[in-house]
Amino acid sequence: MPKLEHDLRLKTCAAVSSDVDLVVARRKGRALAEESGFSASDATLVATAISELARNIVTYAGTGEIVIGLVNGADRPGIAVIARDRGPGIADMKRAMHEGYSTSGGLGLGLPGVRRIMDEFDIVSDPGNGTTVTIVKWRR
Amino acid sequence: MAVPILKQSYYLIATIQSALTDLDLLQLRDGLIERVGKFRSRGVIVDVTALDVLDSFASRTMRDLAHMIRLRGAETVIVGIQPEVAFAMVQLGITLENVTTALDLEEGVTYLERKFRDAEAGA
Repeated sequence: MPKLEHDLRLKTCAAVSSDVDLVVARRKGRALAEESGFSASDATLVATAISELARNIVTYAGTGEIVIGLVNGADRPGIAVIARDRGPGIADMKRAMHEGYSTSGGLGLGLPGVRRIMDEFDIVSDPGNGTTVTIVKWRR
Repeated sequence: MAVPILKQSYYLIATIQSALTDLDLLQLRDGLIERVGKFRSRGVIVDVTALDVLDSFASRTMRDLAHMIRLRGAETVIVGIQPEVAFAMVQLGITLENVTTALDLEEGVTYLERKFRDAEAGA
């Protein structure tokens, strides 16, 4: 997954630093999904995942970028989204991936939910260096 | 304001028409609670038919909106959640607990009218 970005087709890159950018990023994700033959349901899942990841960027890092593109799987294409920032990073990854609200043990980042609705999920986070979340939804 | 809010007898109808930013959602929340007081509304219908993504922030805001409006003595009904959106919400684990929902505007209005008819009868 780390080398994924080089293999992306129909790639778009959107800077994300305000809540207006979230709407743009969602729209781009949905558009690519629909143009590429994904179901309306899966297009909504992609747009929703983008919304969660992009919002985390704006909330915790202030600014970052969302890269969206098509990737070739073994036997079918997928939509890949790379959400990247140079923010504070996640110190407690276990808590971040914990189900539930921030008051009950999770961190309220919505990451467990994003992992559940996507087929592939990868996160790299370095306190002080930023966070990169990579997700893929394969076409069915 | 991004979302038009109509007054219909004792209730308000807010019809979301396009993708909303987080700020638009918060303004909707505040706009509704202000109008509930101004028009002494007893019900609020939020029509999300045109909303293509209802993520955790939007759901939290809807839940807060319904709660705030209830504190002011009125009932909120969210209507028009689309099938794909409902699916995404369930997959994400969003429940919208304690928030009344209905299929569409017509069902939402029917629900409110029945509720207030019962309330009048009970009193």
